[in-house]
Amino acid sequence: MTEALAPEARTVKNTITADGPEARASLAPELMTWDSKARRVVTLYVPLACFVLILLFPFYWMAVTSFKPNAELYDYKTYNPFWISSPTLDHIYKLLFETAYPRWLWTTMLVAIASTFLSLFASVLAAYAIQRLRFRGSQYVGLAIYLAYLVPPSILFIPLATMVFQLGLFDTPFALILTYPTFLVPFCTWLLIGYFKSIPYELEECALIDGATRLQILTQITLPLAVPGLISAGIFSFTLSWNEFIYALAFIQSSESKTVPVAILTELVSGDVYQWGALMAGSLLGSLPVAIFYSFFVDYYVSSLTGAVKE
Amino acid sequence: MSVTATAAWKNTRQEPGWLVRLFDSKPFLVFICMLPAVGLLTVFLTYPLGLGIWLAFTDTMIGRGGSWVGLENFEYLAEDPVFWSSVFYSVFYTAVATIGKFALGLWLALLLNQHLPFKSLLRAIVLLPWITPTVLSAIAFWWIYDPQFSIVSYIVVDVLGLRDTYFDFLGSAWPARWSLIAANIWRGIPFVAICLLAGLQTISPSLYEAALLDGATPWQRFTQITVPLLMPILAIVMTFSIIFTFTDFQLVYAITRGGPVNSTHLMATLAFQRGIPGGQLAEGAAIAVSMIPFLVFATLFTYFGMARRKWQQGEGND
Repeated sequence: MTEALAPEARTVKNTITADGPEARASLAPELMTWDSKARRVVTLYVPLACFVLILLFPFYWMAVTSFKPNAELYDYKTYNPFWISSPTLDHIYKLLFETAYPRWLWTTMLVAIASTFLSLFASVLAAYAIQRLRFRGSQYVGLAIYLAYLVPPSILFIPLATMVFQLGLFDTPFALILTYPTFLVPFCTWLLIGYFKSIPYELEECALIDGATRLQILTQITLPLAVPGLISAGIFSFTLSWNEFIYALAFIQSSESKTVPVAILTELVSGDVYQWGALMAGSLLGSLPVAIFYSFFVDYYVSSLTGAVKE
Repeated sequence: MSVTATAAWKNTRQEPGWLVRLFDSKPFLVFICMLPAVGLLTVFLTYPLGLGIWLAFTDTMIGRGGSWVGLENFEYLAEDPVFWSSVFYSVFYTAVATIGKFALGLWLALLLNQHLPFKSLLRAIVLLPWITPTVLSAIAFWWIYDPQFSIVSYIVVDVLGLRDTYFDFLGSAWPARWSLIAANIWRGIPFVAICLLAGLQTISPSLYEAALLDGATPWQRFTQITVPLLMPILAIVMTFSIIFTFTDFQLVYAITRGGPVNSTHLMATLAFQRGIPGGQLAEGAAIAVSMIPFLVFATLFTYFGMARRKWQQGEGND
């Protein structure tokens, strides 16, 4: 409050001396610059362009590298490195037909979809129970689930590796499908609690009066209304499981059941000579599904990201 | 008439079978609803957390169960210079990357908060580094940091002529450390910017108009309106960012694998190195467990240091 008072005091002073030349001089540039085009370019468009350029450059570089023939790739003197003189699909061809890349993509997709559905199922029920059934201690359960999100996978992967081994899941997709929910469920539950909160309680009361059972309320009233929330949670889970690395690195050993991020790093990097073209093509192809998926649901994605943080 | 009517009504009421009635009882429903989530989290999160702490006090190796050895692992680590260098680099990496991410992210958020054409497209583009798999963008950075064919070196040496020799990004300790931090900042900016942008959009423009009328300079408007009102969301985003930067694994593992000469090991990569390929599960667990105090401290520090503002302003918790 003291901060708010200070400018007020200054206003009073300003209005008193408003007719003095000094006050007019200090106001004038402010008013002039308020809409000045040149200033806007320097303070807004130039930095923004730099940001966008730097944030996008690695992707551009990835794309350019994956379509360049090897001769161009390692010769900056005769070819302009920023452009492709004779684009080639060699790297992509090599990737798709000479490695197990399609297989890795398939495994990644399978794992991502299965763990997304598993976590959505668990989190919808949990969020509904916490937010709508309001049992004793439900806030504490909610808080505990939130805290679970703060437990990073880097701490868990060693004990999980021993567990996965003992359960006989080592080197199977189930190891990943069952462990990914550890970071997906807390996040989705938190997101959906926020979403359920925004659905008017009265709708459910009406249904209750009309004789609907609680299950009917959940499946016919609450869930259809929560579809946007479910979509956000679903995209989030999908991208998070697509991007997951440390569990997939620790729990999967055989080449053919690796996920894309792990496989590119461990299978394509062989020996001392890196196949940069193939590596970049692999990275590009591995990023594309998430990027396409994301571009369809950008607004859901942004709103869920910011909504979850604001909660 | 009225008697038959009640009877008919009773009949329809008794229709639901025992299964439906069971599903209508609240305690049972709560139990059923919480079971999948709580079950999954208990088995695959709480139990491993406890198991990890227990493993840290044993001498387990891959393929061999361990027995209790007390603090032996930690005593060993306390004399291990590689461990201490990883602790140092984890703290340094987190501190520098967080400062960089938040300074640049806040700047970007302020830029995006202004009136712009193609605003939603820009926002979508900005978020791209964050949604692409970290390992894959890390591989792109690895290529950008290549000693011979680095495009950055090409621009600086051959195009601009600022240096005579190419950068050796990953060949020696300090350049490698800074290169990793730069890649981490690049990846972290979008998340910070988009979250802070959401925070900025909740600040009422009338406050800025009032400040403008009062003759506040842009800097005063920033420090006295934007920063205090952004503080609650800043605290949460920073807690997240610190936790996930400190426990970062992918970037370092993909670009340097802890090299050159173990100088860029974070605690997470060292734990992996010793635990999984090295087979010393107990030692890896001990390194992972040593991260916990840092995380708790960082969380409490950001939460109480910054979120306190929210309570001072007297806003209710929403």
